Amino acid sequence: MPTTAPNAAHALADVTASDGTLRRFLHGLPGVDAVGLEARAASLGTRSIKTTAKAYAIDLAISMVDLTTLEGADTPGKVRALGAKAVHPDPTDPATPSTAAVCVYPDMVATAKAAVAGSSVKVASVATAFPAGRAPLTVKLADVREAVAAGADEIDMVIDRGAFLAGHFMKVYDEIVAVREACGTEARLKVIFETGELSTYDNIRRASWLGMLAGADFIKTSTGKVAVNATPANTLLMLEAVRDFRAQTGIQVGVKPAGGIRTSKDAIKFLVLVNETAGEDWLDNHWFRFGASSLLNDLLMQRQKLATGRYSGPDYVTVD
Amino acid sequence: MSDRLSVLKTYKLYVGGKFPRSESGRVYEVTDAKGKWLANAPLSSRKDARDAVVAARKAFGGWSGATAYNRGQVLYRVAEMLEGRRAQFVHEVADAEGLSKSKAAEQVDAAIDRWVWYAGWTDKIAQVVGGGNPVAGPFFNLSSPEPTGVVAVLAPQESSFLGLVSVLAPVIATGNTAVVVASERSPLPALSLAEVLATSDVPGGVVNVLSGRTAEIAPPLASHQDVNAIDLAGADDVLAKELEIAAADNLKRVLRPQPVDNWSETPGTDRLTAFLETKTVWHPTGSLGASGSSY
Repeated sequence: MPTTAPNAAHALADVTASDGTLRRFLHGLPGVDAVGLEARAASLGTRSIKTTAKAYAIDLAISMVDLTTLEGADTPGKVRALGAKAVHPDPTDPATPSTAAVCVYPDMVATAKAAVAGSSVKVASVATAFPAGRAPLTVKLADVREAVAAGADEIDMVIDRGAFLAGHFMKVYDEIVAVREACGTEARLKVIFETGELSTYDNIRRASWLGMLAGADFIKTSTGKVAVNATPANTLLMLEAVRDFRAQTGIQVGVKPAGGIRTSKDAIKFLVLVNETAGEDWLDNHWFRFGASSLLNDLLMQRQKLATGRYSGPDYVTVD
Repeated sequence: MSDRLSVLKTYKLYVGGKFPRSESGRVYEVTDAKGKWLANAPLSSRKDARDAVVAARKAFGGWSGATAYNRGQVLYRVAEMLEGRRAQFVHEVADAEGLSKSKAAEQVDAAIDRWVWYAGWTDKIAQVVGGGNPVAGPFFNLSSPEPTGVVAVLAPQESSFLGLVSVLAPVIATGNTAVVVASERSPLPALSLAEVLATSDVPGGVVNVLSGRTAEIAPPLASHQDVNAIDLAGADDVLAKELEIAAADNLKRVLRPQPVDNWSETPGTDRLTAFLETKTVWHPTGSLGASGSSY
């Protein structure tokens, strides 16, 4: 990592001056020690979190969930049900915190917005031809503008993995900047890298820096639509990136692992990663999120177990 | 005397079709009737019990949805495999219960016969406890037995193999899935039975076998919200009462401790029906048009 300098923000501003400087910077990032990274992520996963710490972690995790439904079969009814669940995850216990947001396709934003009206729950919308991202820029920008106009508080965009893997970093950068502009000042932008398609840890580190340089408010692992989604190792790598980025520029960027996190145990492992890597500043749903749907049910069952001492079952939470 | 070192067997739990060690990493010493060390068995924790319930719940859809005929075939296959490993079970039962070889063989034979007996019942119980009901209206009214769900089975403490088969076979014959807590003092026949189940077409998770302290594993099972019924055969009076109270929380079906050992008598259908529920369907007789029933 380059060391922190007083005018680091300026130094990084030069980085994006041209395709050449951007490539030199991204390829100049230190290589990732894959074995070390995975060992570090695994060892942090062995922490034992019990009793009051566990209760705190479960409530925190619930408050960080982006409750997601991204299916072709989504109906307005399902989105409304999801909104109701996001506001009151466990209707039998009003002390249960609300989730951070509901995450839907752009055409469902208005429905979702109405469903969570009057609560703290935000509406996030995937856009830019999610999940493949294979569409002309004009179409992607129109997608984003529609979602924002419909009231989306957050936009989850996908990067052009084809361009990234072909080495056209500036194209990816310009696209993120354009989407950032289309989001305006209202919506926060989450940039999805689809880490499962980036092949190497080095690429994930490069993508993270590229996204942050382009103005992402959040960097997000994946769409949940490919075989490999969020893993402790790739999330740890992204947490290191946001930590180093803040150290150099003073700008804090959030992280959102998505897909494949299904149990409370997994979620708590991720929270340990956050605390030990990025620090306590990120232990808040403004800076860390879980993209998940079934995770919430497991968190609720664990919460009920802690409250009553009895193991709960899937009959006591909603199906979706 | 040969110089060869004998290979000791590591007994393991049977959960979800796999053979894990206890999550807690604990084991306890199992001795024969005279106090001679036999093996170390896993000392299950409540987390093992929870994992077993998850596995049993996952297996329930497939097992209860299988045709009764198919379940009968699968259970008969278990009896075939038991027959093939008869010598091993005779040996283990003799050690566990301090019986002579011939007495132990009697027990094992009775257990295998009982297994076959229950295998035959899978596609017949519906005729005995289900049927058409006469009702005052133009309806067919049909009752059919349905499995209750996940059943926690506390295996009898004294009869380590025949007793176990007597309580386990009727539970799974009707389509329930089971979490079995083996006899605390002599769990080895139960853990070996798991190896038979794993190699005889019984889907993983239909039977899950835990060994350890009954008084430690049973309470979390009795209070577990996702367990539908509990058989208290292996609990003493004090524990049984405590478990029954815990089980009331989610209205579990409770089968109180009952003797299961008498293999000279046929077991009857009580244990089959203990974990069945009755589903009743009303169906109009024929088409009901504006002109009334065509029937």
